Amino acid sequence: MTNSSGRFGVHGGQYIPETLMNAVIELEAAYSEAKADPSFQAELTALFNEYAGRPSRLYFAKRMTADLGGATVYLKREDLNHTGAHKINNVLGQALLAKRMGKTRLIAETGAGQHGVGTATAAALMGMKCVVFMGREDTVRQALNVYRMRLLGAEVIPVETGTGTLKDAVSAAMREWTNRIADTHYCLGSVMGPHPFPTLVRDFQAVISREIKAQIMEREGRLPDAVLACVGGGSNAIGAFYHFIDDQSVRLIGCEAAGRGVDTFETAATIATGKLGIFHGMKSYFCQDEYGQIAPVYSISAGLDYPGIGPEHAWLHDTGRAEYVPVTDEEAVSAFEYLSRMEGIIPAIESAHAVAHAMKLAPTMGREQIMVINISGRGDKDCAAIARYRGENISE
Amino acid sequence: MSNIARAFGGSSAANHSKAFIAFITCGDPDLATTASCVRAAVRGGADLIELGIPFSDPTAEGPVIQAANERALRGGVTTDRIFEMVKALRRDVTAPMVFMTYANVVFSYGIDRFCDQCAGAGIDGMILPDVPYEEKEEFAPACRARGLDFVSLIAPTSENRVAMIAREAEGFLYIVSSMGVTGVRSEITTDIGAMVKLVRENTSIPCAVGFGISTPAQARKMADLSDGAIVGSAIVRLIAEHGKEAPEYVYEYVKSMKEGVGA
Repeated sequence: MTNSSGRFGVHGGQYIPETLMNAVIELEAAYSEAKADPSFQAELTALFNEYAGRPSRLYFAKRMTADLGGATVYLKREDLNHTGAHKINNVLGQALLAKRMGKTRLIAETGAGQHGVGTATAAALMGMKCVVFMGREDTVRQALNVYRMRLLGAEVIPVETGTGTLKDAVSAAMREWTNRIADTHYCLGSVMGPHPFPTLVRDFQAVISREIKAQIMEREGRLPDAVLACVGGGSNAIGAFYHFIDDQSVRLIGCEAAGRGVDTFETAATIATGKLGIFHGMKSYFCQDEYGQIAPVYSISAGLDYPGIGPEHAWLHDTGRAEYVPVTDEEAVSAFEYLSRMEGIIPAIESAHAVAHAMKLAPTMGREQIMVINISGRGDKDCAAIARYRGENISE
Repeated sequence: MSNIARAFGGSSAANHSKAFIAFITCGDPDLATTASCVRAAVRGGADLIELGIPFSDPTAEGPVIQAANERALRGGVTTDRIFEMVKALRRDVTAPMVFMTYANVVFSYGIDRFCDQCAGAGIDGMILPDVPYEEKEEFAPACRARGLDFVSLIAPTSENRVAMIAREAEGFLYIVSSMGVTGVRSEITTDIGAMVKLVRENTSIPCAVGFGISTPAQARKMADLSDGAIVGSAIVRLIAEHGKEAPEYVYEYVKSMKEGVGA
């Protein structure tokens, strides 16, 4: 699927300053070597199982299935991982790789804070220094995660530029990496950025679909009919899709954050409203104006509040292999509340976007059909913000 | 000989005279002031002008130029309006001018269409800091077809890549003096002499040093080591401080810097 310059169709590539080129070339070489090294894989698997709590459960959502009256619904419980989201999968892989490369310091961007918390956790575990860049706006929306990162020993730097959200945090982390490469690995949190990040992050997240496949085969003896996941940059979605890409019978559905709607400017639905562009090291689809200025996007979910999408998703969209659908704030919040009451599971507001689309889709499917929703993270971090959305003011 | 080579006094390494290159963000605070600043810089002795087309997320820039980009975009500047400004400038400005912007500004406009407009307006080349050697074939052929130079950069981390980049360099080679983003630095610690030596072994086109230069003494030091000095943030900061009154300050500053590099 990828060629030597990390292309997915026309997407991907390495659009970065010359200062960083040797760093990404070194990273690619180190990763190829590690990938082929059984001791690296064994160490990563041990960390996944013993530290992160893998494999995560595939849970049959009995009440939800009955209530929606269509497809049999399974939830892939990435929210039960250590640190509460799928982000830990990628972070453990990259931290292990960084250590192998002799790096002693991790830098990361974060939106909702889950990737920042994950990176801070891995840094603590491996005795590395950690600096996390987070948009000013997001430090307010996700104050609890800022505290968690600091508690774990990381320095959190609020980013004031631009819209003070995820894209600005990525820009700040890239700037910091050009400043200090020798001892520092940029632990990118999603399947985006310059090659080899989209491939490397996907490989670490692919454990999700590998497990889903084994679990559903054991439980139902057949493949699911649909796999749903939320998409910002797209790391949990590519993780949930990857091992099903060649199984044409499995519908792959990415749920984008439409914010206040795709017909408004307050949206982050890249496939629905973006066009082809070059930004943050990659060619892909981006929300932008007619002159290529990146649009200030909006979503209630800090983790999906990004104007682009990973290049492999862009390619899956181009080829029609995966579908991408917009989900509004209101729909996501309703789904957040629905899953909490229906199954006793409070999903991350990001994951709630996938739940929301599942609520529309499941009733249209047959009872003999199977749907898997990737619950990419837990929703504790979102409770205060959702309460505010519903007009209730609670203090944490 | 390209117009850019002329800025360095000729096309062979032996004939290069020292160039002073001034960077200005278009539309900060407005395009009329930008045009006046360009004229002032040329009057002050600038040999080549880099015109920054603002981008919403300039990832290679430090705080000073980032802020200038934000101000310019808030003021409503667009790529088309910048082309109009350049056309007007070309009625009386003969110094070579290149655009410095980001890949998406060119890509979204349409690479061929962008290059057509550049050629029509009298632009001599472009610098795209987020397009490294590996991606340049997407842009360079369209430039070449219209006589525009696609300027390459080398950085302190380029090491084994310098020869490869230098061999295909066009116009002039932009040597990034330091790690990190654009901005004023009190000291430049990179071994520029060693980088230039490697460049000279692989190309006869001139090379100039940028990132971190703000004083005449720094400019002289960098120009002594190479063929010229590039200054951005220090000029952009003057424009931020003085707004519409900036041109006369830009003139005085460029004059002192040009004297620094030694005409």
